[in-house]
Order: sequence, then C-alpha cells, then structure tokens
Amino acid sequence: MAQAPDDPAQKPDDVGYWKATQKLTFTAVGIWAFFSFFVHFFAPALNGISIPILKFPLGYYMAAQGSLIVFVVLIFWFCNQQEKIDEEFGVSED
Amino acid sequence: MSVEQAGGRDFLSNLGRVYSLYTFSFLGCVIVLAVLEQVGMPKPWIGYAFVALTIGVYAAIGILSRTAEVSEYYVAGRKVPAMYNGMATAADWMSAASFIGMAGSLYLLGYNGLAFILGWTGGFVLVATLIAPFLRKFGAYTIPDFFSFRYGGKVARTLAIIVLMSCSFTYVVAQIVGTGLIGARLLNMDYVVAVYVGLVGILVCSMLGGMRAVTWTQVAQYIVLIIAYLIPVVILSAQQYGIPIPQLTYGDVLAKIAAKEAALRAAGDVVVPAVGYINPSFGNPALSGAALWVEYVNYFGLILCLMVGTASLPHVLMRFFTTPSVREARKSVGWSLLFIFILYFTAPAYAAFAKMEVYNNVVGQNLATLFSADNLSWIRSYGRVGLIQICGVDATTLEAVRTACARVMQHTGDVASFNPTIQLRHFGIQADAIVISTPEIAGLPYVIAGLVAAGGLAAALSTADGLLLAMANALSHDVYYKMIDQNASTEKRLVVARVLLIVVAIAAAYVASFRPADIVAMVAWAFSLAAAGFFPALVLGIWWKKATTQGAIWGIVVGFGITLYYLVGTRYYAPAFYETWKGLSIATAAQFQAYEAAKAAYAAAATPANWVVLDRTAQVVANWWGVRGISSGVFGLPLGFLVIWAVSKFTEEPSQEMQNFIDEIRRPKGGVVMEDKAASAIGH
Repeated sequence: MAQAPDDPAQKPDDVGYWKATQKLTFTAVGIWAFFSFFVHFFAPALNGISIPILKFPLGYYMAAQGSLIVFVVLIFWFCNQQEKIDEEFGVSED
Repeated sequence: MSVEQAGGRDFLSNLGRVYSLYTFSFLGCVIVLAVLEQVGMPKPWIGYAFVALTIGVYAAIGILSRTAEVSEYYVAGRKVPAMYNGMATAADWMSAASFIGMAGSLYLLGYNGLAFILGWTGGFVLVATLIAPFLRKFGAYTIPDFFSFRYGGKVARTLAIIVLMSCSFTYVVAQIVGTGLIGARLLNMDYVVAVYVGLVGILVCSMLGGMRAVTWTQVAQYIVLIIAYLIPVVILSAQQYGIPIPQLTYGDVLAKIAAKEAALRAAGDVVVPAVGYINPSFGNPALSGAALWVEYVNYFGLILCLMVGTASLPHVLMRFFTTPSVREARKSVGWSLLFIFILYFTAPAYAAFAKMEVYNNVVGQNLATLFSADNLSWIRSYGRVGLIQICGVDATTLEAVRTACARVMQHTGDVASFNPTIQLRHFGIQADAIVISTPEIAGLPYVIAGLVAAGGLAAALSTADGLLLAMANALSHDVYYKMIDQNASTEKRLVVARVLLIVVAIAAAYVASFRPADIVAMVAWAFSLAAAGFFPALVLGIWWKKATTQGAIWGIVVGFGITLYYLVGTRYYAPAFYETWKGLSIATAAQFQAYEAAKAAYAAAATPANWVVLDRTAQVVANWWGVRGISSGVFGLPLGFLVIWAVSKFTEEPSQEMQNFIDEIRRPKGGVVMEDKAASAIGH
C-alpha cells in the first residue's frame, strides 16, 4: 500500500523535487531538439567537412550516427541525474 | 505453477544464463545448417528448417509462459528487468519495415531517408523524460486506463480506444503482409500460406501467456533478428575492407559514391536522388522560395511526426508498464534505444554497400554480362521475384529485358543481337531487395539467406505480437471489463482477453491475405495519428495539473480529427479537398496546369479513365502548404496542445483530489496509483 499522498510534512520537498525534475527534463528535451532538428539544418554545409580517417561527410554522419549516439547517451545520463534528484529529495524507491 | 515456467522465479534469476544458452544454441543451429548445406541439403529445406526452428522456439516460450493471473497477463507481473525489457521493446518496435525495408529506403532516398533513422530513434528521449516513468508509477494496464483516470470517465477512455485501434490495426496488418512477403520471396512459399503460418506464429506466442509470454518471446526474437541483420553486412565489410565493422567502413563508401555520382553526371546519366546520395533535398541550390520550403517542412516535419508518434504508440508505451520500478522503467528506455540503435546505425551501411555494388558492377556493364556473370547472379534471382527491373521490366530473362531495352533505347536494328550498356537510369531496384540480396552480393551460402528470412520473420512477428496485445487488451480490459462487466471474474476476463486476441488476429490475417497495397502505405499514418491523438493529452495530463477533462476531450477530437481529415482528404478525396482549400496549396505551375487540364477533360467526358487522371493529378496539388500526408501530424500536434490549453482555461480546474494524484504520479516513491484507487473503490 502506498503511503498517504497528502502528508503535509512532504509538501515543501515535493515542490523542490518537481522543480529540479522539471529543470533536468527541459535540459534533456532541449538537447534532444538540438540534435533532432537544429544541427540538421546545416547538413549541406556540414557535408563539406569530411571526418578524418573514416571519410564520412559530417552532415550525413550526424543524421546517420552522431545524433543517434547522443540520444542513447542522453537517456542514460538523464536516468543517472534523475536518480540523484530522487535520492536527494528522498523520493526514490526502496 | 511449475518452477520451469518462463517468467517464474527460477527463470527470472537465471535470465542471463538462459538467453546466453539460447543464443549459442541458435548460432550452433546456423552452423549445423551451413554444414548440411555443404553436404547437399536442398535449399528449400534449409529455409523451412529456419522457419520451423525459430517459430518452434517462440511457441515453446509462449506455452511455458502461460498464465492464469490478470497482472501476469496484462503487464508480465511487473517483473521484467530493465535490460530485458529493453530487448523486448526493441523487437516490439522494429517491424518488418525496419528490418527489410529501411535500408532500401535509404538506398533510394539517400540523405532524405535518414529522416526515418532519426525519427524512429529520437522519440525514445521523449518517452524516457516525459512519459514512461510517470505511466509506470501510475500503474495502468493499458493506455486508455490512464486517460480514463486522469480525464475522468468513459468519454476519454472511448476516445483513447478509438485512437489506439486506428493506429494499431493497419500496423498489424502490415506486419502480417510482411511475413507473407518474406515467405514468398525468401522461402518460395505461397503468399497466403505464409500469411497463415505467420498468424500461427503470432498466436502461439501471445495467446496463453499474454504480456508475459510476449515479453520473453520478444527477447528471443530480438536476438535472432539482430544476429541475422548484422552477419551479412559484417562479412561484406570484412571482404571489402578487411574490417568487420560496416558502420565505420561505409564512410569511405560514401566518399566513393559521391565521386562516382560526379562522374556519372559528367557523362550525362541521371543521378537519383538528383541532389546526390549524401545531400539533403533542402540543400539543393537550384531550389528557392516555395519549392525549398516544401523540402524543409517535409523533412523536418517527418522527423517530428515519427519521433512524437514513437512516444505515443500504445504498443511501445505499454512495454514500460512491465518493469519492477519507476527507476527501471526509465533505464529500460535507454536499453531499448541502445538495442534499436544497433540495427538503425547499421542500415545506412547496407544501403551504401548496395549503392556501391550497383555503381561498380552494374552501371556501365552490357546486358549480356549482367545475365551471365557469376557475381551478378543476384540480379537474376531477385528479378524473378519482381524486386529488380531493367529497362522497366522484371529482370527475368535476357530475351525479355533485351526486347524492353530495344524499345526504351529506340533501337532500330536486329533485336536478337542487341547488347546495350546499362546506365543507372535503366536499372530499378525495389526497396525490399537491398537487405534480402546482400548475402548473395557477398557471395555467401544460402544458409545466410535463410538466416535473414528468420530475422525478418522475427521482426514482423514480434511487432505483430505487441500490436495485437495492445488492441486485444484495449478491447478486453477497457471495453469489456471497465465498460461492460465490472464484476467479471478473473477467469472470465482472461477467457474474454484470449478470445478477442484470436478474433483480432484472424481479422488482421484475413485482411492481409488480400495483399492490400493501401494498408501498407497507411502504416505511416499511424505515427501522425498517434502523435496528434495521444501526445498532447498524455504529456499535459502529467505535466500540467490544470489540464481539464473537457480540454483533453476536445484536444483529442480536434488533433486526431484534423489529422485524419487531412490524411483521408488528400488521399481519397483529392479533387474535392483541393477545390475546398485551393488557396493553401503549394505545387509547381506545371502541376497546377496538369490538374486543370485533367479537370477540364473530366468535365468534358466523365469517364472512369479521366477520373483516374483527375484523381492522380489532384493528389499532387491537394495539400496545405505543401505538407505530405506522412507528415500531417504537424497540424494536429500543435493544434491538440492549443485546444487543450484554451479549453482548460475556460473550464473548471481539476479537483484538489485529482491534483494530489498527479503529485503522486510524479513522485517515484510509493506504490502504484491506479491499484490503490481500485482497492479503495472496492472498500467503499
């Protein structure tokens, strides 16, 4: 059974917890938007740059691999940060 | 309950050992079949052995995972560890289209095809940050459960069921069509027989054990599909570059493709896409004004719709109900994307290697060589099943192609001795052929082709399982249990769930047996429909306490409605749509003229043939600001948010009790919200 949701002692903590969570989430979504859309606007120019040794045109690479790697790392980083916030505010699961 | 049961406690604590053993056994079987092929086992037998073997294993897992408990049936008892849920989600997510079709789309579309790579991965960031942990904390069995709870009652639940069914049904039909095509093309089975083999494969996995069985089969299916996807292209890369990492070596291939395209252009051949393989259409210096805008809005609009659609599709979201905790739910989204990434960052390598093969060994060869050279036997193999065309006809026999080429090239002399050089513009390849033909291009034994068939089947079956479960659960849990008979016993609920699963599966297989071309195209609709219908109400329901019931209902109706209107209107009622929205249409002057000419012709003589022309030309001009149907979520999505916000402002804000519940959903600590509420409801 869950504990009572409206325990008054928890209220101030709740506000701080949600603020921290919001900040982290908006940061993550911002990074997501940057690598989903923004960098690809410059694909034609970036294609002029060739990655050394591997020879990928940078614009193509960002859409085919670069952004994907960022997404994977971003989610694991987000989980890590969120767990820290959970612990800091004492709302993490047992 | 026996201890050996998949999903039982012993099984859960030995997952690593069980699936390692499974993986090595599978590789062992591949090696045994490879040896048998060398000693003369006929090819069709090898193909059938793969199908029988893999479906047999899935069936065994399905039967071992049978269950009589409601929470096991709907959410696998919420016991699936993050990494394994990630694997299951990856298999759930990657469909027949991802496995067989995506590399081919990249081959045909070049850079613009990467919208699918980006769109079908980036959405998981939204799932992890905005949605999954909160839905897990809420503790729903289905997505409509959440809508009903948050937006109070039957209207919201009914709307959610409608959106869910309309996203999922065409999608599942496409998966079953996929099993039929894989059977027909790779294993020379009859298409309809392959469809029903697929149906059996789906039902044995899901019927007895529901979510629990589907979870553990999907993990097994992921292992098969990823091995099958990687092996051919890894060997190809090792052959050509000595490095078995195609994801790195294809950079050099891209550079060579660009150089080759420049040479072809200089020689007067037509390069497709015109802007070059590595360049986006919106980077075409020849475009400006409205034509440039159309390229931008469709490329980035498609990425947005696919991403937000990913974050809204019920069969994906429901997988995150199965983890033991909120923390694991978040983390399992990361695992999901990692496992998906392995396939998606390999697909462009497939496409590049195939492109290079065509440029190096097909373009510039004469016809006789194409039909005799040993290293080009794949052209004949896939020409016979309609995947490769030369001079506009299937590359079946030299005679047929020679006649066609003589006509296309306006050859006037003796046809029998005509031996033209084949240019890029004469060579056509279907998207599906790229992955299927790679084993043969690399000169690999047939056993690898059988492996690819098994992988494609695994991709199609695992996605179909997830979709069917999402639909059948919506019907049995949301329609039957929540709306028709709230006092139904556990046994009765599970019987109803299974019967509905079979009914939906048979309906889908029946539709698939007609090979509906339209249905496959409609799959792309699912993303825009889900994005516009679910995403705004889902996100605001969690992130904005003041979102009201009225707001959500109108938001879903307007967002989903406008998307559906646009999709159906531009596709099936194009002339009427264009006449209604003339002022918003973007197209070239030539396209408008073609439509006006067709309209005049139809006005003069209302024949069916004239109607076909009118409809075709109208589909080109029927649009709002040049947005293609596949990206139509760009209208419904923002509108959905706007309507929810505006209506919520004018309606009474949610009760304090509801706002407290939202607080609870946001806080990982404590039990699930929904079951608590159900328990207290019983206590009343």
